[in-house]
Amino acid sequence: MEHGTGGNWRIDPVGDRCLMIEFGQRVDPQINQTVHAMADYLLEHPLPGVTDVVPAFTTVAVHYRPELIAAGDSTDTIPYRRLERAIEAILTRGVASTGRAARTVEIPVCYGGEFGPDLDEVATACGLTPGQVVELHGASDHMVYMLGFAPGFPYMGGLDPRLAMPRRSTPRVKIPAGTVAIAREQSAVYTLETPGGWNLIGRTPIELFTPHASSPTLLRPGDHVRFVPISQEQFGNWAERRP
Amino acid sequence: MSVRVLKPGPLSSLQDLGRTGYQRFGVIVSGVMDEWSHRVANLLAGNLDDQATIEITLMGPSLVFEAPALIAICGADLSPRIGETPVPQCRPILVRAGSQLDFGRRAFGCRAYLAVHGGFAVAPVMGSRSTYLRAGFGGFEGRALRKGDLLEVGDGNPQEQFPALARRLGSGGDAFAGVPEDAFEPIAHPAIAPRALRTVAGQQWDAFTGEAQERFLDAEFRVNANSDRMGYRLEGPGLALRSPLEMISEGVAFGTVQVPPDGNPIVLMADRQTAGGYPKIAAVASVDLPLIAQAVPQQGLRFARVSLEQAQRLYLERELAIERIRRSIDSLRGAQ
Repeated sequence: MEHGTGGNWRIDPVGDRCLMIEFGQRVDPQINQTVHAMADYLLEHPLPGVTDVVPAFTTVAVHYRPELIAAGDSTDTIPYRRLERAIEAILTRGVASTGRAARTVEIPVCYGGEFGPDLDEVATACGLTPGQVVELHGASDHMVYMLGFAPGFPYMGGLDPRLAMPRRSTPRVKIPAGTVAIAREQSAVYTLETPGGWNLIGRTPIELFTPHASSPTLLRPGDHVRFVPISQEQFGNWAERRP
Repeated sequence: MSVRVLKPGPLSSLQDLGRTGYQRFGVIVSGVMDEWSHRVANLLAGNLDDQATIEITLMGPSLVFEAPALIAICGADLSPRIGETPVPQCRPILVRAGSQLDFGRRAFGCRAYLAVHGGFAVAPVMGSRSTYLRAGFGGFEGRALRKGDLLEVGDGNPQEQFPALARRLGSGGDAFAGVPEDAFEPIAHPAIAPRALRTVAGQQWDAFTGEAQERFLDAEFRVNANSDRMGYRLEGPGLALRSPLEMISEGVAFGTVQVPPDGNPIVLMADRQTAGGYPKIAAVASVDLPLIAQAVPQQGLRFARVSLEQAQRLYLERELAIERIRRSIDSLRGAQ
């Protein structure tokens, strides 16, 4: 399947060692699919000198080493122009979808209490009971748009609009790994203890990032995620099973 | 051969040229803040330029070399010495087994790089020996160095790199032997002559007010004390957008200058996140990143504008300059 990349993109420099391909300016599953089709293509057909291909919601950042971008017969142009031309040629031809099967991954979550200190506040702000928040969060079809912010940290769209909340005005200094959080119409799982401004509603006992594994992240872009509520006791048993 | 840590200093960690290829998983690049100093230190120690060095911040550690070692220190001048004898910067130095390297007063810069011939032999994680401090992996046990750490050094032949150094060390009572200053062209750090940091326009340059654009290129910005390996937080006249901008997270790069709503710019450095959602007013040219990496809190910084063409030509010239340094060190090998 061809993605509609023809003409619907622009390329800009991000400093002198990175460029960005932009496919649109809104969070949209179709645009994001094109982003990942292009990123997958660049990973499977690596261009010389490219060191990192970083897909996000609507963009693919291409990091490169200018000294390794082959001059060919165009020694009068700078490395950026040469790489831009090579990428334009790919986009003009169009990129076939990699046909990655959409997976659904279940993530167990213990909601509320010390694991989700903002659950009650979210419920009040949305005019719901905490139970209804848990229900709507579990019933939402979350889709992974990108990994970023921290290793394996998934930015997921698809949250039920009734749970849409702004980010907290004062970010927290420390959020424990495994914390499940929401902001606007997005969900995420913190994978490292980091600062952050999202609303914390629960915690998962499973690890989303394992640095020494060949596939270091549990989730990949395009995955659908279903959050499954578990009790504090189930959480404890889960955590004990960890090596 | 190993290096023993008697005293770690406030922040000393193993870094190389970074963990590339994994940003799409959210894994940051890490790596050295000052690529120039790291690469030159490695070349002087007879290494490839991407071997791990110790990045030393503001105050030096105390280290003991358990066997003879060929070392080089570049970047910040933190007054290194062996015994009472000052160790010259940016030169190959052959030290005796059991020598203790100490540091003293900070004379210049913020970060020094210590390369040891053979490199530090920690296991690479995701293709890199850089320490990812926050995630706790890479480098030496995923953390900054501590008292008592024993750093294994890779295979090499420190005494054969510069045979004259070994002869001189063998015959005299000196603490160490260095290649004499007049043996090759002096290697000066790019930050020795302070000047405005050259930048290219960022993607959202046009979204800033004319006043903000002028201020960015005219005003002096002060390095905030909260600056770290992730980013340099600068304080200056506020930089405002023409109208609020709803940004969607997207990739950022080493040197990206982003402006959060408070109007104070942040220059993203080695431990930057893989993506960000603040408007990018500019990007510091790669050749001038070592100038920021050596800037200390309260120091003033200014920005200047160059075209992308100029920035990339400067970059390619810098690569040639490092290649010339490599060749002059290679030719010394036979002569010394």
